[in-house]
Amino acid sequence: MPFTGVRSSFLVVVAALGVLAGAQSASAQVSDDLGVIGQLQYQDANGVKVFVEGVDLSIDDVGGATTDKDGSFRIEVEGPGEYTINIDVATLPTGISLRDPERSSLQVTVSENGDQRIIFPLVSSESGAVANAASSASEGNWSVRRVSQLTLEGIKLGLYLAMAAIGLSLIFGTTGLVNFAHAELITWGTLMAYFFNIYGLVGFLGFMSGWPAPFGEGVNFIVATVLSMVMGGVLGYVLNRVVFRTARNSGVSLLAQMVMTIGLSIFLRYVYLYFFGGRYRSYGQYASQRANSFLGMELTTRDATAMLVSVVVLVAVGVGLTRTRMGRAMRAVSDNKDLAESSGIDVEKVISQVWIFGGALAALAGTFFGFDQVKWDLGTRILLLIFAAVTLGGLGTAFGALVGALIVGIAINWSTLVIDSELKNMTALVVLIFALLLRPQGILGKKQRIG
Amino acid sequence: MDWGFIIERTFSAMIGPEVMIYALAAVGLNVHFGYTGLMNFGQVGFMAAGAYGVGVTVFWLNWSFWIGLVFVFVYAAVLALLLGIPTLRLRADYLGLVTIAASETIRLLARSRVMKPVTGGVEGIDKFAEPFYNLSPFELGKFYSFGPFKYLGRDVWVLMVGWTLLILVTLMVQQLMRSPWGRTLRAIREDEDAARALGKNAYFFKMQSLMLGGMIGALAGLIQVIQKSSVQADTFNPVITFTIWTILIIGGPGRVWSPIIGSSIYWSLIVFVENTLRQLPAGARDTLRDTVELSDFNIGMLRFMLVGGGLLLLARFRPQGIFGSREEMALDRR
Amino acid sequence: MTAVESASGALDTPIITATGVVKTFGGLRAVDVDKVEIRRNKITALIGPNGAGKTTFFNLLTGFDQVDSGTITLDGNDITGTPPHRLAEKGMVRTFQLTKALAKLSTIENMKLGALDQLGEKFWAALIPGAWAKQEREIEARADAILKRFNLTHMRDEFAGTMSGGQRKLLEMARALMTDPRVVMLDEPMAGVNPALAQSLLELIKMLPAEGRTVIFVEHNMDVVQEISDWVIVMAEGRIIAEGTPAEIKSNKAVVDAYLGAHHGEDLSKVQLS
Repeated sequence: MPFTGVRSSFLVVVAALGVLAGAQSASAQVSDDLGVIGQLQYQDANGVKVFVEGVDLSIDDVGGATTDKDGSFRIEVEGPGEYTINIDVATLPTGISLRDPERSSLQVTVSENGDQRIIFPLVSSESGAVANAASSASEGNWSVRRVSQLTLEGIKLGLYLAMAAIGLSLIFGTTGLVNFAHAELITWGTLMAYFFNIYGLVGFLGFMSGWPAPFGEGVNFIVATVLSMVMGGVLGYVLNRVVFRTARNSGVSLLAQMVMTIGLSIFLRYVYLYFFGGRYRSYGQYASQRANSFLGMELTTRDATAMLVSVVVLVAVGVGLTRTRMGRAMRAVSDNKDLAESSGIDVEKVISQVWIFGGALAALAGTFFGFDQVKWDLGTRILLLIFAAVTLGGLGTAFGALVGALIVGIAINWSTLVIDSELKNMTALVVLIFALLLRPQGILGKKQRIG
Repeated sequence: MDWGFIIERTFSAMIGPEVMIYALAAVGLNVHFGYTGLMNFGQVGFMAAGAYGVGVTVFWLNWSFWIGLVFVFVYAAVLALLLGIPTLRLRADYLGLVTIAASETIRLLARSRVMKPVTGGVEGIDKFAEPFYNLSPFELGKFYSFGPFKYLGRDVWVLMVGWTLLILVTLMVQQLMRSPWGRTLRAIREDEDAARALGKNAYFFKMQSLMLGGMIGALAGLIQVIQKSSVQADTFNPVITFTIWTILIIGGPGRVWSPIIGSSIYWSLIVFVENTLRQLPAGARDTLRDTVELSDFNIGMLRFMLVGGGLLLLARFRPQGIFGSREEMALDRR
Repeated sequence: MTAVESASGALDTPIITATGVVKTFGGLRAVDVDKVEIRRNKITALIGPNGAGKTTFFNLLTGFDQVDSGTITLDGNDITGTPPHRLAEKGMVRTFQLTKALAKLSTIENMKLGALDQLGEKFWAALIPGAWAKQEREIEARADAILKRFNLTHMRDEFAGTMSGGQRKLLEMARALMTDPRVVMLDEPMAGVNPALAQSLLELIKMLPAEGRTVIFVEHNMDVVQEISDWVIVMAEGRIIAEGTPAEIKSNKAVVDAYLGAHHGEDLSKVQLS
């Protein structure tokens, strides 16, 4: 099994507890003022308790809170009952993670007696040396080790983004349409991989859940990933065939089609929420792995494998676009639709192929993005990054999307050297705006497209 | 089922605060999209600019609420410049990309811990609107009846000010669109190159339009946070932008009164559907929950599915609005 | 209509010059013009086979596209890189090959849009009808006069979208005249216009020089070119291969070959005028 985790000794797992928020709130509670409380903390390498500030927690459809400098939080609820509380692990400081990554959502029962306390046990993966270097001087921030680690993370993000972005860029190239629903194709991939992995081929239909594998029981994650790509291609094909091809044929303007993609995006996103719920979930396999260390950088076997797969897929896409008849047709249509049509290329067929491949690639990207958390709005959260990537690279160009995605991925991770990691995605907006100001056609784009 | 209750809720929703706030934001979007053809996919960002215009002034600077009102428009204008300068010379969809990205970034920035001293972070800002409520001629905590409707005094005051502003702004837009300025905007919407060939600085007019519509959106954001008495970053969710789009397309883009009509139709429909589902007999509800997972939470989600599906179908089949004429469509296609 | 006096220069100086103008698209030289002068208050035709670069050259002259190198002047002033709306203010107006009548504006609104320096186009003034109402009435009177001349009065309050293709061509030219231009640039004014309408369009174009307007037009139909132009410029493969009076051009072997493709592959700029 290529994904099996390797224990590495430098990784010090330290105990962590959520401790009482303090008597001051508990005793003062009256029954009409109920909440869920807690305090996030971990022990550092020297055994010192550290409270974790700025972590977001939320209860579906109720509200959220961010931990303060004492690591404390409180989310008010309307009344007694069962609640699901989620911790946004993305807001945890670098190097801090849940002891059990699958327990990012916890059930809690609030009684009418007062606030209910809840514990999210945290661990620090920092080795003593790193923790000391980081705390001793700010130059530790800029250490070779940190920069190379961020670069590695950036390349990882960039590779996933590239797979997500190529479809968006090619759909734009061949049809002139900016597909705002592309984020939902990504989420679709995540959710499909999750369902196949957990429930099997048809298990999520409920009444078939008792069937044997692979129908009613979860299938191996690698199989689930392949199936997810197939489903991504299917959704891409169906969306083009049912929604956009008919719109093109009825002469719906491109701007109206763009509004249609927005409507589609929202519709799909809330269909996901409706059936999947707002909870954060994890795949049944590879959800948590210890990192391996090499050249001072840390990477889990899972992520290394996913990156390798991404590289292979992207190279295959590149070869396919330049060497195969179908790929050349795609590029020809992107380049000049009328010319391609007059030279005998079936443009509608090419568009259909682009949607299928774009959907499958987005699904694969979504599957990999889902390693952190499987959630209903995963795609929407990275849509900004994808837009920045395709604009920077040049809308309509597949290779531009690749270049743009790598730059955006690395830029975002490097930005945490100077800004709060919570704000790192803002870097994408800055990249987007500067790209439009300085080179609106993108790095590999042509000028005629933009006016 | 209590039909009387459902109908009363539906009718009071037709003039309620949501209708007024969303209509006002839609008036701004109408200036952008309906009259100028600007694809602003981040109107909620302008609403946030308006909300934080007053919120930040009171919370961070400790200045008066009334000075904050100036910042409502300053922030909106600065945001319009920031979004417009890189995009308005380019094809229409680039504005869409940048506005949707910026509106979400504004929300993330406002809720971040770095900005907490300025924006109040996730908890947001409250207790800033007292100066507004102090002017109320109605007793804030008392109920006032208007025919079948009963409102708290504070709501009556907000509704009165809000609707007055909405009508005034709508009349202002009407006047502008009848002027040569509005004529130029409509020309740019149809064919920017034609307008440029006739000596119109299209970039400049589009920027003016973006600023005006953005400021109107900011005003809507201001009224929203006054009505809620709190500024919360997470209320400025991107889906609001597209609710406003749905409202505008229901009413018909490029018509003066369409934001109000669209907003009334949208909100009464939503309130009707949600209340009807919530009032279903127990047996029917259980059946729906077991078969299609229609839980209380999911009833709330239906609204957004309706927005998305509605926007998709409207843009596909009736981009001129449900009252728009086929003739107008035909003009588009020739 | 009042004739516009040129700001400088005698009647025999060129109104527009283009020197060393080059424009490439992806390695292809779409336009490569050494020197061309447009004569004042004359009708100049720009002809050439498809893909000769006529429309691109037009776009360069009117600021809709930017030159890679070279200089363009209007009345001796450098206008290279000036945006289209500034050129319109300087008295240079154009129409488009694919008509840009604004379908959802009425005919009279289309016309009024053409007027320059409107007070009501300023945002704050727009809010106060009194500030621009008088000027608007004057503009409207001028628009009505031109509509009458173009025989479009009956369409005055109809949406331009309801017009026939030929009527749209007429409207676009009429609207261009609302800017009171010194130079009128018409991109294929006759394309898609029925013969009856074409004749009146020709008459209208012929009247323009007498009003002190210079006309440059792109045309495929040689009969039209012969009938109305004072001077003909022939382009092929981005270059100017010949210039002359209509009669000279008609008998020019290089031109005939350019259309028929006899010199295919040869450097056409080296073919001398007979």
